Amino acid sequence: MTSIDAADSSSWPLWEVFIRSSRGLSHVHAGSLHAPDATMALRNARDLYTRRNEGTSVWVVPAAAIMASDPDSKGGFFESPQGKSYRHATYYTQSEGVKHL
Amino acid sequence: MSFASHDSATRQSQGEAITAEEIAASDAVADEATARYALILGDDALILAQRLSAWISRAPELEEDVALANIALDLLGHARFLLSYAGTAWGKTEDDLAYFRDEEEFRSCRLVEQENGDFGQTIARQLIFSAYQLQLYRRLVHSTDPTLAAIADKALKEVRYHQDHAAQWTLRLGLGTEESAHRMQAGLDSLWSYVEELFIDVDPLTGLGDVAVLPSSLREETLSLLQEIIEQAGLTVPDISGAYGSDRSGRFSEQRGYILTEMQVLARQHPGATW
Amino acid sequence: MTAHHTSQQSDGAQLRLADDSDAAAAEEAAEVGQARFEELIAADSRVEPRDWMPDPYRKTLVRQVSQHAHSEIIGMQPEGNWITRAPSLKRKAILMAKVQDEAGHGLYLYSAAETLGTSRDEMLDQLYTGRAKYSSIFNYPARTWADVGAIGWLVDGAAITNQVPLCRASYGPYGRAMVRVCKEESFHQRQGWEILYSLSHGTDAQHRMAQEAVDRFYGPALQMFGPPDSDSPNSNQSMAWNIKRFSNDELRQRFVDMIVPQADALGLTLPDPHLTWNEERGHYDFGDLDWDEFFSVLKGNGPLSRQRLEHYRNARDDGAWVREAATAYARRGQQDQSALLGA
Repeated sequence: MTSIDAADSSSWPLWEVFIRSSRGLSHVHAGSLHAPDATMALRNARDLYTRRNEGTSVWVVPAAAIMASDPDSKGGFFESPQGKSYRHATYYTQSEGVKHL
Repeated sequence: MSFASHDSATRQSQGEAITAEEIAASDAVADEATARYALILGDDALILAQRLSAWISRAPELEEDVALANIALDLLGHARFLLSYAGTAWGKTEDDLAYFRDEEEFRSCRLVEQENGDFGQTIARQLIFSAYQLQLYRRLVHSTDPTLAAIADKALKEVRYHQDHAAQWTLRLGLGTEESAHRMQAGLDSLWSYVEELFIDVDPLTGLGDVAVLPSSLREETLSLLQEIIEQAGLTVPDISGAYGSDRSGRFSEQRGYILTEMQVLARQHPGATW
Repeated sequence: MTAHHTSQQSDGAQLRLADDSDAAAAEEAAEVGQARFEELIAADSRVEPRDWMPDPYRKTLVRQVSQHAHSEIIGMQPEGNWITRAPSLKRKAILMAKVQDEAGHGLYLYSAAETLGTSRDEMLDQLYTGRAKYSSIFNYPARTWADVGAIGWLVDGAAITNQVPLCRASYGPYGRAMVRVCKEESFHQRQGWEILYSLSHGTDAQHRMAQEAVDRFYGPALQMFGPPDSDSPNSNQSMAWNIKRFSNDELRQRFVDMIVPQADALGLTLPDPHLTWNEERGHYDFGDLDWDEFFSVLKGNGPLSRQRLEHYRNARDDGAWVREAATAYARRGQQDQSALLGA
């Protein structure tokens, strides 16, 4: 083994890349990359993820800084809105046929 | 199979910019002196693109393979614009000029002809040359020749990024580890004698007036930008005089022959062929 | 959970380490997880990074996705060697952009594999030490300019045939990476076909060069789909998990059916005397491939297996001081430099 072993102290951290594809749209997750610091992460994101005019704006976020929900939605995190159909306009049918309502 | 989606991070478009094909097909015809000036700029860009392209698959990290390839592609684009425009003076194509001129007909500077060396030397070469190009294109956008002005406008935007890339790496190597500082300094030292050549007002420059930008007028700003970045990186501006021989004629270059041999070998094996 | 854990996970995920003292709870969670996983697969839905998944599923994916990434990275070499010699500036630009794409594809795929809990360094290390496999096709030489065309048309063509179904792979990050790869890959095959078309319709010497390249790459390209189904033990499981959608032989047949008319349009001959249209099957029949050669190359005895790996190792070794320098600089902290320096 020479220069790389899995615990290489010079490993560059992982970053998540978000791209705004055109003005008026939100930034969308485009992918990931490695970079030594935020400045280079931004450059690398531009180089890697906007080669075909995909972007007008780029965000980079350290992957380790993202807090994610528990994937097991049965745990109640996403249960609450189930069955609360009165939050949706389609629940209200009496106004059918009345204009602009 | 359709990949389209409304709020996509992978939407692709070609964008709008000048292309080499458009320059070749346009009515603009360069006069002899302007064409010879375009060759100087174009050859520099072409040789540096050729040098940088050899890094692809050899960079220190995958992300850097992509970054260096982007810079090489930009420079190759500039070379194609400039050679296409130069060719209008003599009824030649960009490829005629790139592949069928001999060593002594190229007008590249020795800085871009230097070998890649290690990453430190490549970054040093890139730092110096992009600083010079940045000042050059900033002024060339005001050229009275509309084609050169349009080429400069496109090139300037891209060179700004090349200059930043080189500066960012200069800082990281200069202030990184003892070894990286040593290598970066060695890269600057080995190339510094070719800096002065960039600022010589060679023929046909002096007779072109506002069509061209006199290299001598770029010297002070380029060197002060370089000094600022080199010192910010904790490194020393080399105290090394310019190497003798600065007419861009190739008479004092050892590398040019090797570069062209490799670049032209296939095209010359099949003269007249199309690819 | 026996998978490797890492604090670096794409999709912003951090797997929770199962606590040994909580074995009973873990077992219960695994049962719930297994049921949920089977539901997702049965519904042809997507498994995402932080979902519970069976270890063999995770291992299969890490192996497949990292091999795929390694293939992109090693695959930069045969064509990359031609960038400096490309016969026109336009071809030089196209080839440079294509090889750069391959680096990008490797990056997308490593990122997808990282979400499974294996760090990129670990995968690169496996490649570096020769423990990882990658597509054997890249251990063949690109001897002539026509090889660049043949690689684009046949090798990338086979890759796309293989990859389009993978856009629907059950593992979300893999499928998403493949969508991006396929989108960008579409130009690769076309530029290769165009190179061959120009050669085939050029001088006699150019035509010979094109035919000779196709002669060499046809067999190895057909072998890119892997061994025959009867010899491919992992395929069934991979299909049951909705990672693969079609068997090796199905994809190979699809590819042959595609390239026969394309070869005609090129004015080149595919080097297979057994290639005939089979009305009954509605497919082209084609001859047996040299599987002894395939397995020999797979074992590392390809014409250039050793050189490809050495090239990669040299680049990795030569770059170590650069990677260390950037890390040291980052540790020192720095100001915000989102604006371009000196511009």
